Amino acid sequence: MREFDLVIVGGGPAGMAAAVAARTKGLENILILERDSELGGILNQCIHNGFGLHTFKEELTGPEYAERYAEQVEAMEIPVETDTMVLDISKDKTVTILSRKRGVEQIQAKAVILAMGCRERPRGALNIPGYRPQGVYTAGTAQKLVNCEGYVPGKEVVILGSGDIGLIMARRMTLEGAKVRAVVELMPYSSGLKRNIVQCLDDYGIPLMLSHTVVDIKGKEKLEGVTVAAVDSTNTPIEGSEEYFPCDTLLLSCGLIPENELSRSCGVDIDPRTNGPLVDEGLETSIDGVFACGNVLHVHDLVDFVSEESARAGESAVDYIRRGCTPDSTAAIKVIPQNGVRYTVPSQIHTADLLGDVHIRFRVTGVFKDCAIVIKAGDTELVRRKNRILVPSEMLDIIIKEEKLAAVTEDITVAIEEV
Amino acid sequence: MTKILTCINCPMGCELTVEVENGKVLSVSGNTCKRGELYAESEITAPTRTITTTVISEQGRPVPVKTAQPIPKDKIFECTAAIKALKVSLPVKVGQVLADDLLGTGSQVTATKSVG
Ligand SMILES: Cc1cc2nc3c(=O)[nH]c(=O)nc-3n(C[C@H](O)[C@H](O)[C@H](O)COP(=O)(O)OP(=O)(O)OC[C@H]3O[C@@H](n4cnc5c(N)ncnc54)[C@H](O)[C@@H]3O)c2cc1C
Ligand code: SF4
Repeated sequence: MREFDLVIVGGGPAGMAAAVAARTKGLENILILERDSELGGILNQCIHNGFGLHTFKEELTGPEYAERYAEQVEAMEIPVETDTMVLDISKDKTVTILSRKRGVEQIQAKAVILAMGCRERPRGALNIPGYRPQGVYTAGTAQKLVNCEGYVPGKEVVILGSGDIGLIMARRMTLEGAKVRAVVELMPYSSGLKRNIVQCLDDYGIPLMLSHTVVDIKGKEKLEGVTVAAVDSTNTPIEGSEEYFPCDTLLLSCGLIPENELSRSCGVDIDPRTNGPLVDEGLETSIDGVFACGNVLHVHDLVDFVSEESARAGESAVDYIRRGCTPDSTAAIKVIPQNGVRYTVPSQIHTADLLGDVHIRFRVTGVFKDCAIVIKAGDTELVRRKNRILVPSEMLDIIIKEEKLAAVTEDITVAIEEV
Repeated sequence: MTKILTCINCPMGCELTVEVENGKVLSVSGNTCKRGELYAESEITAPTRTITTTVISEQGRPVPVKTAQPIPKDKIFECTAAIKALKVSLPVKVGQVLADDLLGTGSQVTATKSVG
């Protein structure tokens, strides 16, 4: 059986950053496994710009950002096996992989980093009555078809869901000569960035229909059109508000979910709020020596945050291997999301085993204006940060100094307070 | 003339009311900070955008590209058509210049991915 110190599952920005950080810390025996034929993950299809402002201090497109990391991986001579699918990870870190070259193979790792990214909510999960004719795609599938295969799926388009992928695809299809009739959003606000609403919709005069949804799909074999209706405050379609849009393409942009089938079958505890693994301050899951980072852990909007987080996972994995693969020696305190906070990553901290400052990342449950982020240990305030506005679409990142945390013995709470 | 814009510089997304006369900004209101005013000024007088799209190479595979500098917003469609018409032969390297001075805008067109 081939043996490795560190096996990284997934060669997107998360996997690459983890590998580069682990090698930078001196770890030799690393392997990156990627099911696709090249490194880069989802970034290969995100040809728009807006990546890397934090990491590289310039605005890059997705493929450019990916290539910068792929070049580092290559320069450091970190082994990568592409066209290789990970089928199973066991508790003792035997990894079962499938590739055309080697068939099914088992390899042994001392530590594993999960970096499988996320996938789109499939169309079957959407609550639209009627047939599923040809011409209905998830926005990400359409993005891959247009940008990686050079195939434009349609000429007249309606987009359901106003997340960033949907907005980006509205512009992309328009530039490819299609007519985007409308972007339809169930909620009274868009979950996409303002910048994308302005530059992908307003620039091209594409209407954003808030508090609306698709109530009917017309066409048996091929899509012919969709019926859109306004919804009331309980999301029930309002009778009489229906409007019919002829179209040959319906794109669904209804959110992303971390891809955790492998983690689950390995026995990793999953946080129902993020759909990603529960981790500690070193991004270690409930299974010793198994770490998680990037979109498989919680859905990110900024790739820069993915790279930074993943580098920490890579470093923690090296610490674990150097410690002789023993579990953390001490009990952990919990990190508890309270008023206005949907979840936190990490969900627990080993205060006696700290290897540096601790990042607490989270999202808020709604829009908060003139408020403060308050982090407390029992009654002691560790952090208070005032904010003019907090929105659910932006991930927040608060760093707590190692010195401040080392003495903490009580559970930590993270909350939003109105000021 | 009054124009309504959304400031994109931060999540506040302030709605800006801009008084414009002969292409000049007379006043901006609705902004919470100075950046909103500057944004309105540039959006009214000389709005620009970076175009990202793909060129189908002679070998059939798409090559993602961008304008290396932002181009005037009102030339987006013209410029996209000109980019689409470029002849590109694989292999290409990331950063490779595929066109100089796109339609007199002064912007280069560069490949954003190594393909082939
Ligand atoms: C459409 C879209 C637009 C975005 N726009 C922006 C933007 O403008 N700016 C910005 O900063 N960020 C943006 N993001 C966010 C950012 O791109 C992502 O957060 C980031 O790419 C996530 O990286 P990752 O490595 O965790 O996941 P991925 O990039 O998804 O990589 C995961 C990799 O794991 C591989 N994999 C999965 N399962 C297995 C398996 N079983 N075996 C082997 N390999 C496996 C996959 O093939 C993939 O290559 C956008 C994201 C999307 C989806
Ligand atoms: S005006 Fe200032 S506060 Fe308002 S959106 Fe623009 S940058 Fe943000």
